[in-house]
Amino acid sequence: MKTSLTGIQIWAMPVLLGLVSTGGLTAALLFDGIGDAVSWIALAAPVVTALWYGVRRT
Amino acid sequence: MLTRSSIKHWYLIHKWTSLICTAFMLLLCLTGLPLIFSDEIDRALGYSVTPPDLPETAERADLDAIISAAKARRPGDAVQFIVADPDEPDLWFVRMAENVAAAKPSAFYAFDARTGDYLYQYPLDQGVMNIMLRLHVDMFAGLWGTLFLGLMGLLLVASLVSGVVLYGPFMRKLAFGAVRRKQSTRLKWLDLHNLLGIATLVWFLVVGATGVINTLATPIFGQWQSGELADMTAPYRTMPPVREPGSVQKALDAARTVAPDMSLGFIAFPGNGFAGPRHFVAFMQGNSPLTSKLLKPVLIDAQTGGVVETRELPWYVTALLISKPLHFGDYGGLPLKIIWALLDILSIAVLGSGLYLWLKKRNVSIEARLDALPNEKEKDCA
Repeated sequence: MKTSLTGIQIWAMPVLLGLVSTGGLTAALLFDGIGDAVSWIALAAPVVTALWYGVRRT
Repeated sequence: MLTRSSIKHWYLIHKWTSLICTAFMLLLCLTGLPLIFSDEIDRALGYSVTPPDLPETAERADLDAIISAAKARRPGDAVQFIVADPDEPDLWFVRMAENVAAAKPSAFYAFDARTGDYLYQYPLDQGVMNIMLRLHVDMFAGLWGTLFLGLMGLLLVASLVSGVVLYGPFMRKLAFGAVRRKQSTRLKWLDLHNLLGIATLVWFLVVGATGVINTLATPIFGQWQSGELADMTAPYRTMPPVREPGSVQKALDAARTVAPDMSLGFIAFPGNGFAGPRHFVAFMQGNSPLTSKLLKPVLIDAQTGGVVETRELPWYVTALLISKPLHFGDYGGLPLKIIWALLDILSIAVLGSGLYLWLKKRNVSIEARLDALPNEKEKDCA
């Protein structure tokens, strides 16, 4: 039986996605122009991640 | 590491909070999808106004003339608010109702801010988008409907939090994003539920929590009206209400002198819940992305046109004002709205897959499922 993953292995991506999402939600609220662009890229990250892992064939 | 019994408790919390709120959350996610684009849809349907092309001018029409023009259109009604839109500096909007304090508007006009010309009357309470909005805001059940949806939103937050707690034990032997497609449809959807749920988590939490705060708008403003606003107008309490308020143009000019680096959001007329019996209140907005979402009320004597007092809004109104853009996703242009819609669709998939998993396995106890966790993985490795 495969050994359990460590906490870091389990939580690294969720925490990263959470921080990036938080940054994206905040950026456009605080800054125009560049802030909007940052929010588009940052909030696209969870969408792209979900689609990448969700539809890929392994 | 969670013990077996605590996993079981968190699972029960996740199951029951989700089961109660899922149907309502599906309704909110589905009706919310077109609402993200309500500006664009209104424009496409022609329910919008563009100020006519005129030579560049600093000329501003007199607000009192605009008010008179609005009153002439509905002589029996009262003006409740004058509203400005920072994105449309050449327009003034006038909201009218049967009386100045009425909850429902009777007309919403647009005027040219340069010439004072009447431009457009917005249709009220009609069309498909209005049905979407009502279903989303109160399910046609008024304040109680709104508060009920707020309660469902709280259950969603509890469901998301318990879902995160369960993510750890369920992913103990699976790499991030692993989807077991070959074994059973249920396992595939369990993995997709975990993947989509954890990916959209922060967005879903923020939109859910800010939605809950939005459901409290009426009590929040009620608290401000009966607290701060009543306090500001207290010295005038024994005086009779004004019958014919003085110049609103003078009131706006006075408000601008005490808030020179701000622009007007809206002016409430004397007798309205957002003003006093003898006072206009001008709600001023800042000019930075964040402060433009906030409001600063300026109390103005309706007869003399002089500023009486200005006070920052208390934290709970500020929290409500910040919640609005974070719920609507309307603060970063069309690309942000499109991403908002994609995240909304992914959330529908999280809700739908959760419902499917419950339907599939509702006769199997959590103990049996916990026992099956490592075995499922063993088969995968074999």
